[in-house]
Amino acid sequence: MTAPATPAPAARPAPAQRRDVAPLLLVPLLALAALPLIGDLSTWITLTAAGLAMGMIIFIIASGLTLVFGLMDVLNFGHGAFISVGAYAAAVLAPSLSGLTQTDSLVLNIVALLALIALAMAVTGALGYAFERIIIMPVYGQHLKQILVTVGGLIVAEQLIIAVFGPVQIALPLPAAFRGSIVFGDVAIERYRVIAVAVGLVVFAAMLLVLGRTKIGLLIRAGVENGEMVEALGYHIRRLFVGVFIAGSALAGLGGVMWGFYREALTPAMGMDVMVLVFIVVVIGGLGSVGGCFIGALLVAVTANYTGFLAPKLALGSNILLMALILLWRSRGLYPVAKR
Amino acid sequence: MKLLRAILSGDPPRGRVLTMVLLAILLGLALAPWLFPGTASLNVAAKISYFVVLAASYDLLLGYTGIVSFAHTMFFGIGGYGAGLALFNLGPSWSSILVGTAAALVLAVALALIIGLFSLRVRALFFAMITLAVASAFSILASQLSAITGGEDGRTFRLPEALRPGFHLDAGPVALNGRIIAYYLVFLASLILFLAMLRVVNSPFGRVLQAIRENEFRAEALGYRTVVYRSIANCLAAAAATLAGVLSAIWLRYTGPAVTLSFDVMLDVLLMVVIGGMGTLYGAVIGATIFVLAETYLQSLMAIISHATAGLPLVPLVFHPDRWLLWLGVLFVLSVYFFPFGIVGRLARR
Amino acid sequence: MSSDTAPLLTLTGVNTHIGPYHILQGVDFAVPRGSLTMLLGRNGAGKTTTLRTIMGLWHASAGAVRFDGADITAWATPDIAQAGIAYVPENMGIFADLTVRDNLLLAARSGPIDETRLRWIFGLFPALERFWSLAAGVLSGGQKQMLSIARAIIEPRRLFLIDEPTKGLAPAIIANMIEAFRELKKNPDTTILVVEQNFLFAKSLGDAVAVMDNGRVVHAGAMAALAEDRGLQQRLLGLSLDQHQ
Repeated sequence: MTAPATPAPAARPAPAQRRDVAPLLLVPLLALAALPLIGDLSTWITLTAAGLAMGMIIFIIASGLTLVFGLMDVLNFGHGAFISVGAYAAAVLAPSLSGLTQTDSLVLNIVALLALIALAMAVTGALGYAFERIIIMPVYGQHLKQILVTVGGLIVAEQLIIAVFGPVQIALPLPAAFRGSIVFGDVAIERYRVIAVAVGLVVFAAMLLVLGRTKIGLLIRAGVENGEMVEALGYHIRRLFVGVFIAGSALAGLGGVMWGFYREALTPAMGMDVMVLVFIVVVIGGLGSVGGCFIGALLVAVTANYTGFLAPKLALGSNILLMALILLWRSRGLYPVAKR
Repeated sequence: MKLLRAILSGDPPRGRVLTMVLLAILLGLALAPWLFPGTASLNVAAKISYFVVLAASYDLLLGYTGIVSFAHTMFFGIGGYGAGLALFNLGPSWSSILVGTAAALVLAVALALIIGLFSLRVRALFFAMITLAVASAFSILASQLSAITGGEDGRTFRLPEALRPGFHLDAGPVALNGRIIAYYLVFLASLILFLAMLRVVNSPFGRVLQAIRENEFRAEALGYRTVVYRSIANCLAAAAATLAGVLSAIWLRYTGPAVTLSFDVMLDVLLMVVIGGMGTLYGAVIGATIFVLAETYLQSLMAIISHATAGLPLVPLVFHPDRWLLWLGVLFVLSVYFFPFGIVGRLARR
Repeated sequence: MSSDTAPLLTLTGVNTHIGPYHILQGVDFAVPRGSLTMLLGRNGAGKTTTLRTIMGLWHASAGAVRFDGADITAWATPDIAQAGIAYVPENMGIFADLTVRDNLLLAARSGPIDETRLRWIFGLFPALERFWSLAAGVLSGGQKQMLSIARAIIEPRRLFLIDEPTKGLAPAIIANMIEAFRELKKNPDTTILVVEQNFLFAKSLGDAVAVMDNGRVVHAGAMAALAEDRGLQQRLLGLSLDQHQ
């Protein structure tokens, strides 16, 4: 007999593993379909790169939101505030790191970026803890109050940012080595977009690793699917949830830093401005699904970029159209989470 | 007395304090041109009037059916643009207003129906997200189609002659100008719309809505098609919001995304309804009045506090006149926790 | 600690409301230590609600649930589980997105899976070994039921609450289940409470029996006594054995 940890391969043919690949093909297919319409390869590459960068940032922001929702049925409309707070936290620290950001050394710039990200995540994570305890905990399970109270939290947070930093936009200049483009022949890709894609991929990989390989991750996935059963196995899902909420808020802070550098300017409402996109992504991906969220984010951003080029007037409405199409195809999103 | 009860659809405000406050608001609005002369205060009174309609129509959804929609200002905007663009393109006549209003109503009800059928079956959170997305798309659309809508700048237009400031009517002892006539048009239309909504919520239809809110499962079991009822409520609320938008356009002689479609207006309405009191239309009256007054006058009060505390750290910052919304936000959160029936719920107890 | 002869689990006057509905209306019964107790009754009698109330998934509005002397009525579900109660819900509660292995890994709360015990489980349910690294969602209904029971027994527990283990299963798999329960019962420290509709299954395994109707326990006693008394079966369960093969 084989060791239980590595059992013998299936003697009889295993039941077909229903790997649902159709959604995975959406982004590549869309990109391929857009190529002849755009016509010019270098423009297409530029647009696709920009879309992927934007999509990664949205994914970072949306992933926390979708997990928080999946685990406890909590939809935090205040999530947008964490984006702004993260960006502003970075803007506060950035001047004191000017030694690192002004030099043209990529390594030092990355160190500075990581320091800013760490600070932003610490601040928004702590804020997330306070938000969960003060704003959300009293209204668990009451959807109406939950929506209202998180919107209230959003208003208060946004106003506090205005109180401290003023209503006007403030600049967040990119570190020196992140500026400009990488040029291959006649194709130019902005450096910061490459950085954003890299950061997004690291976050996605880390999430997959945590969710797939660690016990905490398994518990989160199990809890999204059937929280009651997780409790019946002897785990306190509320404690798990607080952890996920803090992590989700910290991710929003990370997304805020990336988004702030992307725009190189911060406004108090910048978080709420992205939230519409984030909600669309979460709905498209299937509420509670990290994988769906990833595909949804890329899809939304790439679509917006292509339509922005092909039919500028439709660009911002294209997301709604995309959402409607996806929901017509799969009414509960790309990867609906099996619920109880 | 009997007549009064009939006008209020048998649902008069409960409690003496509440009645007095509402009466004061009614009288204040009815006599605003004479009690508070001046352009600024007349603007405040008119804004209160049509925001009462907007807030009450939102409460029809939020308070009476428990649906959270973020697309309500979209309907408000449709009304504003409908009347505004008709006046702009077809000339300043009464028939333009009618045409614009009718077109806006048709569009609004059709949209409300589509959104409702598409997403009212699903859960509250999903509906909230979908409406948020649709509303933002609509607002972007309105800015993008600048050839028609005037884009971000919106459209300024002229009203029919009788409503222009230059128009004078000598009606015996009182001299009316066009601005005052316009005010009374807005005020009376708002009053009628409010009473009409009061009638709706006190009709058998309104009682079913409340039954659905209390226990959807049970209402369904009793044989009520909850989706149908919710869709109708959604359409009615949309129609009322559209008419509020028409009134705002008439008063402002302007329509644009910032005053009708923006998410900020949506948040304002949410604040009004929750602070005033959900699930009672009188709450919308109180909420809209407090909000518009706060928007206008709280700032001066806060300026005084801010100056008085100038030496302290952070305090003057938080009491800066521009921070009035911060305080309303805090009040909003506290209302949700501690006064689920808002100010009306507090007052009605006395 | 109470004495070894006291029942492991006692319900006294338990009332449970779900929303506006009054489901349990004063449930009284006890589960003796080391026994396999069958909880029978028609659909809607309140059997599942009884298990859920014991587990803390619904909270009793009146009455008391005592486990080994401790009043667990108001405890949170995870604390009840940690006290040594394992639960197999009616819908099996499988985590479909997780592999068979990960399902069992989560059930083994106190650390890595004990290999000897896992081999024992593979002996009971060979399919689990075959599909070890597949997503649990692709398993057949019977295999899911096996996984759900395996999850409950992956570590030693003091009480097992199992809701309709034979629901919708083919006869061959039911036979497998009966074997598994016999194996489980060999350990004298194992106490099991099973909700069942299948009378044959109940008869072949049960030591004690409680019958519920309208949110109350209307009969409690030895399984053997009920198995022999057709009149009582007819009256309590409305069944004649002819209907059950």
